[in-house]
Amino acid sequence: MANDPSSLTEPRWLRWLLIALAVLVMGVLVVLPLGMVLVAAFGDGFRAWWSALAEPDARAALRLTLFTVAIVLPINAVFGLLTAWAVTRFEFRGKRLLLAVLDLPFAVSPVVAGLCLVLLFGSHGWFAQWLAAHEVKILFARPGIVLATLFITFPFVVRELIPLMQQQGAEEELAARSLGAGAWTMFFRVTLPKIRWGLLYGVLLCGARAMGEFGAVSVVSGHIRGLTNTLPLHIEILYNEFDTTAAFAAASLLSGMALVTLLAKFWLERAHGDAIAASHGKH
Amino acid sequence: MTETAADLAAPVHRPTPNPLSGFGLGLGLGMAWLGAVVLLPLLALSVRAAQLGGDGWLRVLRDDRVLQSLKLSFGAAFVAASVASLAGILVAWVLVRYRFPGRRLLDALVDLPFALPTAVAGIALTAIYSANGWIGRIVEPMGLKIAYTPVGIVLALVFIGLPFAVRTVQPILEAMGRESEEAAASLGASRFTALRRVVFPELLPGLLTGFSLAFARGLGEYGSVIFIAGNLPYKTEIAPLLVTIRLEEYDYNGAIAIAALLLAASFACLVAINAIPLLFAHERRRRHRGE
Repeated sequence: MANDPSSLTEPRWLRWLLIALAVLVMGVLVVLPLGMVLVAAFGDGFRAWWSALAEPDARAALRLTLFTVAIVLPINAVFGLLTAWAVTRFEFRGKRLLLAVLDLPFAVSPVVAGLCLVLLFGSHGWFAQWLAAHEVKILFARPGIVLATLFITFPFVVRELIPLMQQQGAEEELAARSLGAGAWTMFFRVTLPKIRWGLLYGVLLCGARAMGEFGAVSVVSGHIRGLTNTLPLHIEILYNEFDTTAAFAAASLLSGMALVTLLAKFWLERAHGDAIAASHGKH
Repeated sequence: MTETAADLAAPVHRPTPNPLSGFGLGLGLGMAWLGAVVLLPLLALSVRAAQLGGDGWLRVLRDDRVLQSLKLSFGAAFVAASVASLAGILVAWVLVRYRFPGRRLLDALVDLPFALPTAVAGIALTAIYSANGWIGRIVEPMGLKIAYTPVGIVLALVFIGLPFAVRTVQPILEAMGRESEEAAASLGASRFTALRRVVFPELLPGLLTGFSLAFARGLGEYGSVIFIAGNLPYKTEIAPLLVTIRLEEYDYNGAIAIAALLLAASFACLVAINAIPLLFAHERRRRHRGE
């Protein structure tokens, strides 16, 4: 800020030094890895990149990743919305505790989450006998992967909605009810339109995390190629087999999805900053 | 929902009928979801850990390989969270206080480590810092080995922790007015004193929250670390990796014990994150009354 009096800002040389340092830190730490992915993915040409992605195992991995995301997103969105409604529109005992518990998956190691599922559904797990009797397979199969991803991405939507709905207050909903609107009419005509951008924001973050989840899924998946391999697990297998180009080709696909997420997030913050939680809106 | 003075003064809590519906539905289904997806799995681990008994725990905790991995994980997460916090202040400060070309882009890039899948970050960092990588090629002849050493682990964790550090400090800086800095300057404080005595204390709660978040994430991080770590037992093997190794060896008790310790540390971080704002609010009230 050039017009600040000198007592309120740093000397010009120091300002530019700090800016240069910040750009350097971000460049080395964040931009360089992204560049590395692109260079390594396309290093052997576009055809090598394409054939690595067109290969059946890679396609199966992408399909499984998209399948998982498609199940996890609506579940976390609907239940996140229900929880946020209860938390922001009503007072009840233990609300603070509930809010803290909602954050648990943020702090728990993905590997620990995976192990927990093994202890429930594994061959020595709590539900082992029931699962065997009913011939239901959860571990080393799709349900396990979905459950692990659900655990890891659990807080994203609800954590986005709670501050937003708190901030908006209940006046409009109360007005709708007092004017005779039914509960569902109120929900679809008043609540949902007010929170839709915040909801989308949460779903976006949830999706980014869901498609990239590695640790928890790695523990429960069993790594069966073409069957229970998600895209991140596929990358690990290729990398460990020294098929670097193919590994980075798959990585470039995930990076592309991450960049699209960031762009969409950026657009949401610009265009609808007032309709998402304040902590994100004012950049 | 604004509370009026009368509400606050009322000594007895009188629940006014809430005309909104859906409390039972929302809380009931929400708790069922929380219980089934998160709490039940964590309960399974807690119960199994409690069933290990003294002998079971001693067997695991006397294992030097376990101790080394825990030491490495806690140490690397601590160092990385500290580095990320320092870098976080720098980046947040520059983003909020200075105007320069490319500022918006820099701001958007802060979230990249958060959006980029951890396995992708892992192989990319390894490729950059290994002996023939872009940076490894330069620093390794100078005697600095990064990939397959604890330095590489810290580096991956700084990458993971950076968004948390920036995004907890940035909103505080944005909301902070310049008045107290102006006051400090007009009272004759040097710029450095004003920053140290006026700005820094305001940033401290956010800084500690960011540190705790980065530490918790770093302690449990798996995907971005296992590629660059080298995974040598006793040397560069992190605790989450040892959990998966014990599991593959069908040593369930070994895996349960390490995982339970990591879970306990996660709880502690979560308590700290929730306690920090309360502590500082209390401290501020006390100061206002006292001075």
